[in-house]
Amino acid sequence: MTDYTLTTSPSLKRRHAKETRFKWYGRIAILIALSFLAFMFSAIIFRGAGAFQQTKISLEVTFTQDIIDPNGERDPQVLASANYRPLLIRALSKTFPEITARRDKKHLYKLLSSGAVFEMGKMVNHNPNMIGTTQTIWLPASSEVDLFMKGKIDANLDESQRRLDDKKMSYIETLKQSGLIKKKFNTAFFSHGDSREPEMAGILGAALGSFFSLLVCFVIAFPLGILTAVYLEEYAKKTKLTDVIEVNINNLAAVPSIVFGLLGLSIFLGVFHIPRSTPLVGGMVLALMTLPTIIIAARASLRSVPYTIREAAYGLGASKTQATFHHVLPLAMPGMLTGTILGMAQALGETAPLLMIGMVAFIVDIPHGVTDAATSLPVQIFLWADSPEKGFVERTSAAIIVLLAFLILMNLLAVVLRKKLERRW
Amino acid sequence: MDINIKTAQTVKSPIMSAKNVDVFYGKKQAIDDVNLDIPENQITALIGPSGCGKSTFLRCFNRMNDTISICRVTGNIYFAEQDIYDPKIDVVALRARIGMVFQKANPFPKSIFENVAYGPRIHGLAENKEHLEDIVNTSLKRAGLYDEVFERLDESGTGLSGGQQQRLCIARAIAVDPQVILMDEPCSALDPIATAVVEDLMEQMREKYTIVIVTHSMAQAARVSQQTAFFHLGKLVEHGETDKIFTNPDDLRTQNYISGKIG
Repeated sequence: MTDYTLTTSPSLKRRHAKETRFKWYGRIAILIALSFLAFMFSAIIFRGAGAFQQTKISLEVTFTQDIIDPNGERDPQVLASANYRPLLIRALSKTFPEITARRDKKHLYKLLSSGAVFEMGKMVNHNPNMIGTTQTIWLPASSEVDLFMKGKIDANLDESQRRLDDKKMSYIETLKQSGLIKKKFNTAFFSHGDSREPEMAGILGAALGSFFSLLVCFVIAFPLGILTAVYLEEYAKKTKLTDVIEVNINNLAAVPSIVFGLLGLSIFLGVFHIPRSTPLVGGMVLALMTLPTIIIAARASLRSVPYTIREAAYGLGASKTQATFHHVLPLAMPGMLTGTILGMAQALGETAPLLMIGMVAFIVDIPHGVTDAATSLPVQIFLWADSPEKGFVERTSAAIIVLLAFLILMNLLAVVLRKKLERRW
Repeated sequence: MDINIKTAQTVKSPIMSAKNVDVFYGKKQAIDDVNLDIPENQITALIGPSGCGKSTFLRCFNRMNDTISICRVTGNIYFAEQDIYDPKIDVVALRARIGMVFQKANPFPKSIFENVAYGPRIHGLAENKEHLEDIVNTSLKRAGLYDEVFERLDESGTGLSGGQQQRLCIARAIAVDPQVILMDEPCSALDPIATAVVEDLMEQMREKYTIVIVTHSMAQAARVSQQTAFFHLGKLVEHGETDKIFTNPDDLRTQNYISGKIG
């Protein structure tokens, strides 16, 4: 008798079990990947969040003309380099009238960042009318005070093992009670260049360095990449030569980035003598690195434009150039842009090639163009991570947060562009 | 009566004629020594089983095969007594005279207006904006699409139905004001109703244009064409008036094909 039943397959249970098992393998894999990511993000944010605040001390400073500008010239050079130290010591003495010993006063002065005098110089330069008046201003505290205020120095430790001595702790206590010491939003972090003092160090220089490098990188790599892709995909005949070129472009995409740095060092710096450490040469090296990525993405998006579109244009009597530039290229553009942005994001995170061309130097000044010496965000992170000062620990993480924010923004832009511009046939 | 009209038209001289045409894809020969005249203001149907080379042959008429790098065409094809494979011939001008409609409707992913306006634009046919609009409207009317789309000319051409898309492609081809329109299985992706609309349209277009159509459907060839050419394995087996080919073919292979024994 023929059996028509559908439910008694002996392997059914095994099949189902296998399916379920594989589904769970997949879920567990995703879970592990996500938890690594979550761990990384929370660790960085936990460590770096502190750097967005900076301890500041309020002082009533009298801007004495005799000390700042004895000749009354109001020369910016003079104002910037005047000796503000005595003014600060006087102001501190006003807050702590009981301290009279010269050594203690010096000690008291150490509460402030050594950058506080530069802050004052900037302030006076910005508004010379301050001279002769008395102002209440918030000045950055030293890194140790900052760390103590953020709870990163344990007050219960023995004085000999602590970074902050008992005297300073008592000063801070006094200031705290009168509300003259506070954690404020760390504007310096976003408006300063690098510094030896953690409390004065900022990422603006590095961020602008990255920006200028990427600008140069885009200006070079985008047109070159698109034109190469268009030629190879639309015009070039399939020959041995184009095969060789294609293989080499794919190989180039896999070359370790430091090799591009070496190339930049020997060609751009060695032969063409482009100024060292500048975003110009950095961007050129990054362009070399990004070029294969852009070419590959652009070719893929050109290939995804259906041949029927080209045929339609040819059928109407459009020339090859017209068909390419009127129809194929606009349709491929979203994919090209997405690929370019992803390539640029990769370039933004690149450190190794920039080390080779001198963008690793300690640069305090904020770059104003592509030929000013600069560093870049990832290199800045590398430099800070390497610094012995404890105050750089949180700044390193904060810089990583900023870099990640930029990377996420760029990737998001790529996704949005793709979603918005993509066409369906 | 109907037959008499057709007879009267066959007297006209051919607008296009192929002489000893061979087509090679690399080493493989796709078309073998074909001679065929295309009479003006008639519909010529190219029929035959799959892979017989009828589409390849059609694409010789506007040199679309040029875009395939391994494809080589020998022999001569004349359009109004000019050899279109002469090196002096401007392919752009040729394709403006000889339009093409493809198997799969392929409107540009642009507005309906832009689709039709593209051809006149690149050939500089319109003197000003009004003239261009006039060309677009006339073309859409001739393609029988105007009444359906005149309110939404700025909408995307890819949003139309399959049959409308194909008629849009016909309008796009007409807009360049060609003398000949090549159609490569224009109805193969359309339902019977849309097919009937396109077939009616072809009948009307015959007054102004010469049409060469490749079709898989023998019924369609019988319905729309005045001339039929039967291709088999890259050779032109038989050609002549449609009525004769379908009722009294000379060649056994033609007879087998139209009666459904091969193909």
